[in-house]
Amino acid sequence: MVKKLGTRDVYGEVLVRLGQQNPNIVVLDADLSCSTRTCKFAEAFPERFFNMGIAEQDMISTAAGLAAAGKIAFVSTFAVFATGRAWDQIRQSLCYSQQNVKIVASHSGITVGEDSATHQANEDISLMRNLPNMSIIVPADGIETEKALEYLVKYDNRPVYLRLSRYKFPVIFDSQYVFRKGKAIVLEEGTEATVIAIGLMVSRALEAQQMLKEQGISVRVINMSTIKPIDREAIISAAQETGAVVTAEEHSIIGGLGSAVAEVLSEQCPVPLKRIGIKDCFGISGDADELLNYYGLNAQSIVQSVKEIIDKKKKV
Amino acid sequence: MSLPENKILELKEIARQLRVEVLKMLTLAGSGHTGGSLSIIEILVTLYFFKLRYDPKNPTWPDRDRFVLSKGHGAPALYAILARLGYFNEAELKKLRKINEMLQGHPYNISTPGIEISTGSLGQGLSAANGMALAAKLDKAKWRVYVLMGDGETQEGQIWEAAMTAAHYHLDNLCGIIDANKLQIDGSVCEIMNVEPMKEKWEAFGWQVLEADGHNLHSLSTAFDQCEKIKGKPCMIIAHTVKGKGVSFMEGKVGYHGVAPTEEELEKALLELR
Ligand SMILES: Cc1ncc(C[n+]2csc(CCOP(=O)(O)OP(=O)(O)O)c2C)c(N)n1
Ligand SMILES: [Mg+2]
Repeated sequence: MVKKLGTRDVYGEVLVRLGQQNPNIVVLDADLSCSTRTCKFAEAFPERFFNMGIAEQDMISTAAGLAAAGKIAFVSTFAVFATGRAWDQIRQSLCYSQQNVKIVASHSGITVGEDSATHQANEDISLMRNLPNMSIIVPADGIETEKALEYLVKYDNRPVYLRLSRYKFPVIFDSQYVFRKGKAIVLEEGTEATVIAIGLMVSRALEAQQMLKEQGISVRVINMSTIKPIDREAIISAAQETGAVVTAEEHSIIGGLGSAVAEVLSEQCPVPLKRIGIKDCFGISGDADELLNYYGLNAQSIVQSVKEIIDKKKKV
Repeated sequence: MSLPENKILELKEIARQLRVEVLKMLTLAGSGHTGGSLSIIEILVTLYFFKLRYDPKNPTWPDRDRFVLSKGHGAPALYAILARLGYFNEAELKKLRKINEMLQGHPYNISTPGIEISTGSLGQGLSAANGMALAAKLDKAKWRVYVLMGDGETQEGQIWEAAMTAAHYHLDNLCGIIDANKLQIDGSVCEIMNVEPMKEKWEAFGWQVLEADGHNLHSLSTAFDQCEKIKGKPCMIIAHTVKGKGVSFMEGKVGYHGVAPTEEELEKALLELR
């Protein structure tokens, strides 16, 4: 059995530890603290936890004010509300004002499942990616979530969007893993194509890589956990060395990882590209695993896309 | 300890000079918000020359009182006062809104000393001020937070989210001010989207509400003093003002919301402000 960890569960625990180490940390939530796991921090440090009620816009700007007065503010709610409901507040109070606020959103992507399209954020990365001064991090597992959180408190004082999930991810990294913002990780070397993935899709990409290996096809697998600022060099060398790229994300193919990679490739090293993700549509209710298969967010569709892209590369 | 008579005379003269400065800046810039800058002069003068604790030589002094101009389009008035206090060189005022200069069209904390947080998109400043007040409480610090909003601005839903927050967290170190000049862009506030009864609304949200004549330094200073004494809840001062105050042909005129004076208008205005 593969070990699985919920990225939000890790967040809840790490936040308490960070709160013990750093008295400057404050946490805000909008009536979803049990779901986002900030309730653990609330329990440990009630005076440093602010439940803002169901008022995401107020929550973001209040966090900005706390940060302006020297606090490190963590803000949590579901991804769809964190980014969509309060975009203008994030733009002006956080990004333009350059405040040390860390938006840590749970319930991203289609794996929100049964709650349906209203709650499935497939557009959040897109909404955050166009904002100057904003960083975006999508951890591939619980370990990377922990390391990214530690890194962000220690080294980063600008706005950041950390994208977490309700769905539990297989654990990929060991406790020695070192996270660096803006640095992609090559998880598997390969020669015929590269799969660049984020979040849950990293584990699926590794599965696909094994399946392809058994069929005699060699692919590189990259974990692009920092979508912004994106690791251009990793993308360009992958394109130069393998000649074809597949991106995989639990997010719309518009504005997310696929778009970010396409932007780099088309300007610097055009090679055949295929984007796996939600194809510009709203989601539906269902079990998370069933939905992942329904939308082609699985190892099989990565395998198929890699084969297609290698064919295309040969024809060019 | 409200303002003594001789001090009031001195501050009235400063207010007059600031109006002149604001009109000159706006004319040079060729664009900007005239009416809403002129309506907040006395509010700013009372705050900066009577109430706030700050140090222009050390704009990020941790114990300073915080002022947030939530109605960011009133920036010219704030810039004029900050320059006068020495936060930056008065020569900057002549370069308002020009390319690659310090003074942006709306307050920008990264470029301009004395600005606590960027504003311009209305409705966010009260929340940010709440955050600052919460931080002060956590740190058991004595500094206070002041935030100035427009009356039209209070149509924004976020203002009422923040109104609840301030009362819920008993932010008695926070003072809100509404520049009740009765106008917004498209017309009078009561015709566009009525915000009255303001006093009752804020009271219902758990605030102590004071009213003041927003162009009377005595009335304003008394209100600010009173506000400081309130315990356990936030305080809102509804400052009744006249948009375009000080220039007869601009007073109460919707048309002077977002336009700068022409050279001729400036000349006429300066005659009135002698
Ligand atoms: C969120 C947002 N919507 C619209 C505007 C455009 N705008 C600038 S000033 C203004 C009217 C403001 O009226 P009021 O708050 O009464 O300000 P004042 O009368 O003091 O100028 C509007 C609609 C804005 N700056 N922000
Ligand atoms: Mg008004």
